[in-house]
This record gives sequence, structure tokens and C-alpha cells, in this order.
Amino acid sequence: MYGGGYIFDEPNGKQLREEQQHDDPGKLSAFEERIARGEKIEPGDWMPAEYRRQLIRLIEQHAHSEIIGALPEGTWITRAPGFKRKLALIAKVQDEIGHGQLLYNAAETLGKSREAMINDLLSGKSKYSNVFNYPAKTWADVTVIGFLIDAAAIVNQVANAKGSYGPYCRALERICYEESFHLKQGHDAFIELATGTPEQKAMLQDALNRWWQPIMHFFGPPDKTSQHSEKLMQWKVKMASNDEMRNQFLDSYVPKIWELGLTLPDPLLRKNADTGRWEYTDPNWDEFFRVINGGGPCNAERLQVRKWAEEEGRWVRKALMNPAERRSLPVA
Amino acid sequence: MSNESLDPRVNRLKLGDASAVIKVEEGENWNVYEVFHQEKRGAHHEHVGCVHAPDPQLALVFAKEQFARRKKCVNLWVVRSADILAFDVEDEDMFANNLEKNYRDASGFKVMEKINKFKQSK
Repeated sequence: MYGGGYIFDEPNGKQLREEQQHDDPGKLSAFEERIARGEKIEPGDWMPAEYRRQLIRLIEQHAHSEIIGALPEGTWITRAPGFKRKLALIAKVQDEIGHGQLLYNAAETLGKSREAMINDLLSGKSKYSNVFNYPAKTWADVTVIGFLIDAAAIVNQVANAKGSYGPYCRALERICYEESFHLKQGHDAFIELATGTPEQKAMLQDALNRWWQPIMHFFGPPDKTSQHSEKLMQWKVKMASNDEMRNQFLDSYVPKIWELGLTLPDPLLRKNADTGRWEYTDPNWDEFFRVINGGGPCNAERLQVRKWAEEEGRWVRKALMNPAERRSLPVA
Repeated sequence: MSNESLDPRVNRLKLGDASAVIKVEEGENWNVYEVFHQEKRGAHHEHVGCVHAPDPQLALVFAKEQFARRKKCVNLWVVRSADILAFDVEDEDMFANNLEKNYRDASGFKVMEKINKFKQSK
């Protein structure tokens, strides 16, 4: 779901060595057997070049999503209704930034520097989750994000935590633990509006109507159109298909929306009792690709805020720099 | 940009051009430190992850923010990642165990049996 787009260039345009371009068949089969046995892969282990590239893409874009995802919510800290909601929102935003740090570290163990990842985010080469290119117009939007976007992220992260790369799994374990609070506080704020005054209900229904399509987009394009995921599933980089995760999300959360008397803007949405799977109107995928490629309502603002932060924070980083420090990469 | 943000703070920033090229230099995000977390007095410090920091003192400050804001914590260690020495993963086979190890287990020595045998023989 953090897929699509750019992967990774070797730093300074360095060419890969012969053995990095063509995986040794013996090592490859030993690697695949380890994964099949349920063993984790660690940073120093031999791994196929494509495994490393795909993991960097996945983890890096997951990290960017945490950082950018904090922006639409951060917008509402000054306007949160009440002291407890404000405290919870500040804590959640801090957690998201922390998750970004954990994930950047996991990606760094694969050989791409933190600075290279930030540069690829700022230049638009590297993507982040598409939902964060939409604005949080009202407080109800914040509750929809806190409840449903976090719920969708948890479905994905719980699946990925069972993947094959040790540092990513360990980061996700910690993230999932913290996300359970995000989900609960989001659900609580969501219920408060759903069971509140007619104005509050109308505000929530309006937010839900606007967010439904981005939420359906969240897990990525349908399986029938996504490419080369078979190898990634075998290597346990991808743990469930986009459609499987979308179905799991609908199964857990649509009933929680309907039980509050809210509606969803899709007349075809229903669970097929025979197959046990959810049926729905295919969301507009052209819109998804238009937004992911820069055409969404908030793409420019999100990157401008990140660029501003990098520029304005530079003097602090420089002032603290210790020239005697010997550089190092994360160990695990 | 035509400042249309819903966030008044963003509007006040008067952000620059979206197409401006901002480049972070290699090394600008400082160094990497491994973090070890002690959950309670008397427990081992356990490795929990890393932080980027310009020196060990700030690494401790960032580690507290990152790894001690939720779960119980009584102390943290930080050490520069480059200073960690580890075995090569390819040498993993040197840890292969001889399955017959009762010569180094307490249960491998039947003291009482011998004493009883000695007492019975008297």
C-alpha cells in the first residue's frame, strides 16, 4: 500500500557490482528456504538485490507517511475541542513523528541514508500515503482520520509485522502498540460526534462522505492490476494482497460505522453472505493516480511545510554538529 | 503560492515556492546511536532501537523522548553504532551446539545416587 513510484538509486550514481546485479542461485535458494522456515532476515545477512530495493521503497515510504500524516492532524492541535482532546492529539502527533524515526532507522539498515530519503521526499521522487493529500476541514475530519485511517494503517501494520525483515518487524511491533491508543481515542471522539447534537452528526456524516473514497484508495489498486507481488509475497515483504487487506478493514469497521446510524456513500456496499467478502463500487482509480502524482488538494502544501522545516531547522543542526564524530549506520 | 491552507499557522509562514529545490547534505542528520532501555531496577538494559544525535549527551535526551515516553523506564544507555562489535553473521555456525551437554549441567551429576549406594554398601 505504500507502493508505486520510485525505488532507490545507489548513492552518487555508483554502479552495482556484478554479483549485486545477478543473485547467486545457491545463496538465493538458501535465503528463500530461511524465509519459508519463518526465520527473520537481519541487516548483515545476504539478501537478493531486489529484496533490498523493495524493502527500502516500502519502509521509506511508510516513514514518510508517518511524518506527512502528522501534518493534517497537527493543524487541529490549536483548535481541539477541550483539554483532554488537545492533550491526546498532541500525544498522537508526537507518536507519529516517533514512528517516522523508527522506520527511517529500519530503512537505513538497508544502506540508504536518512538524508537521501528526506531529499527524495522533498523532490517528490519518493511517495507517501495518498490519504494525506486531502485536507482536514473540520474537527469531524480529525475524528475520521484518528478512527478510520489509523484503523486501516493498523490492518496493514499488523500484517507487515509478521514479515521477514527483522528491523522492520521490530519497529512495527512498537508502532502497533502505540497505534492502539490512536485508534481508541479516534473511536471515542468519533462516537461522541455520532451520538451528539444534530449539527455534530451532520458534520461527521459530511466528513465521512468526503473521506470514504480516499479510505477505499488506502490499500492501493485492486489485485487484478497490481504487478509482481507474487515474489514479494514469497519473500514476506508483502504479507497480504491489497484486496485482502481492504476486505479485512471493511469487515472490522463498516459494522462499527453503521451501528452508530451513519451511512457510507456507496449504495453497493454490502457483505456477501455466501462468499464472506465485501462488495463495493470500485473507487475512481484515475483520481487516485492523479492525486499521488501531485494533483491532490494538499500535495503542494505538505511538501512546502516539510521544506520549510528543513530550511529553518538547518542552523540548529549545524550549530550542534560535532566535527570529530565518526559517522555510523544503525546496527539493527 | 496562493495561500489557501486551513491552518492559520501555515498561512503565517508565507511558505516558499513548492518547486524550490531544498537539499539536505549527507551527514546533516548527525550520527547514529544504539539505545538500551532498562525497564526496572535490577533488570538488564535491552536494545530497543536507535536515534540520530550529534553527541552522546543529546542522544540520551532524544532516546528519552523516543523510547521512554510510554512504557516504564528507569534508565537508558546510548552507544555509538560504530562502536558495536558483533560476530559476522556468516560465522553463525560456530554457535552450533553439541546436543550432549549434561557434562556442564547440574543435572548431569548424580551425587545423591552415589551417596545412597555408598551408605547401602556399609
